[in-house]
Amino acid sequence: MIPAPFEYEAAESTEHVLDLLARHGEDAKLMAGGHSLLPMMKLRLAVPSVVIDIGRIGELAGIRADGDDLVIGATTCHADVAASDLVRSQTPLLAYAAAQVGDPQIRHRGTIGGSLAHADPAADLPMALVALGGAVEICGPGGPRTVGADDFFAGFFETSLEPDELLTAVRVPRRPGLDWGYQKFVRRANDWAIVGVAVAGHRIALANMGPVPVRARAAEQALAAGASAADAAGLAAEDTDPADDIHADRAYRQHLARVLTRRALEHQTG
Amino acid sequence: MQIKLTVNGAPRSDEVEPRLLLVHYLRQRCGLRAANVGCDTTSCGACTVLVGGRSVKSCTMLAVQADGQEITTAEGLAAAGEMHPVQQAFRQEHGLQCGFCTPGMVMAAAGLLAENPHPTEAEVREGLEGNFCRCTGYHNIVRAVLAAAETMSA
Repeated sequence: MIPAPFEYEAAESTEHVLDLLARHGEDAKLMAGGHSLLPMMKLRLAVPSVVIDIGRIGELAGIRADGDDLVIGATTCHADVAASDLVRSQTPLLAYAAAQVGDPQIRHRGTIGGSLAHADPAADLPMALVALGGAVEICGPGGPRTVGADDFFAGFFETSLEPDELLTAVRVPRRPGLDWGYQKFVRRANDWAIVGVAVAGHRIALANMGPVPVRARAAEQALAAGASAADAAGLAAEDTDPADDIHADRAYRQHLARVLTRRALEHQTG
Repeated sequence: MQIKLTVNGAPRSDEVEPRLLLVHYLRQRCGLRAANVGCDTTSCGACTVLVGGRSVKSCTMLAVQADGQEITTAEGLAAAGEMHPVQQAFRQEHGLQCGFCTPGMVMAAAGLLAENPHPTEAEVREGLEGNFCRCTGYHNIVRAVLAAAETMSA
């Protein structure tokens, strides 16, 4: 499968990206590792007339501590997030989530910013960002802005990013001692979650239980009020509206959400 | 667009269309046919090559993204006609059946051992998660990678 023809622009800086976006508008797509965009282009589900390669911009990659937060550049690949001593010690759930994406080859190319901007509700990193209460940093013609995870995901494969904006970095709170758990139910190695659960302290995020990664708020409230893990997990599917598909129907997904939430609250990974 | 890169140690410069995939560039332009196009959907790993020493699925990378990079294919592993320890081990342990997945398996294994020279059996199995053998010959493939790790650290 070969993508439709497009014009290729290798961007040299954040400013250059914004300039190219302003010039090409909605006809342009940003590409870092290309592990979400290229497969869509090969299937001709995406037919951008211009591809702006942001993978060579040094200032967009790297991991650093900034006060109470860790800041991870948008084009940092999953393998680097997963292997980072800083991420592993300060926010281990994020390191674990990055290590669950696809397979080693995919983690060498796919990036944290790309995965979040793609906003697949079944993916690992959107769920992890919501559980951690993280945020994304965005640059646009109006200057920089920061959007919290709960507000960033706007719909099925949709975010609050404007077509002339660039996601530059991801910000997550440093919480070294925080209890966490992570569960991902898949039928095949390297697949997307049929249902996923990420727990960070009293925050619980679910993958593939709706058009965006969602908080299990009833379970969170029960937990905060002193309920046991088992009792709180029983409320994990409250107010969720998962889709039916070939892998699972709505009732089965809700069942999985309850079971996996209990396991995640017991700090299990899998 | 003009790209400059190193393929198996040799510098190259080529004019390519932006939509040309790296695997097609390697097979058609460089004449290197070890990397196979299997699933063409980033799943099977038959097209695995090393980019800057790291394993990558070359069906999901544009040739223009490889501009300035060092690419290694299975053809480039054997230095001066001497098989690489991973290749030796695949032969020794019979780590192949039909052979279609083998170049990708060998490259994924070489990448894995570069990152983790002393993997456990479980780490080898997880490290090869991105490569499918439709003959289901995984057992000997894992044995081959463990044997290669031993040879390389001896």
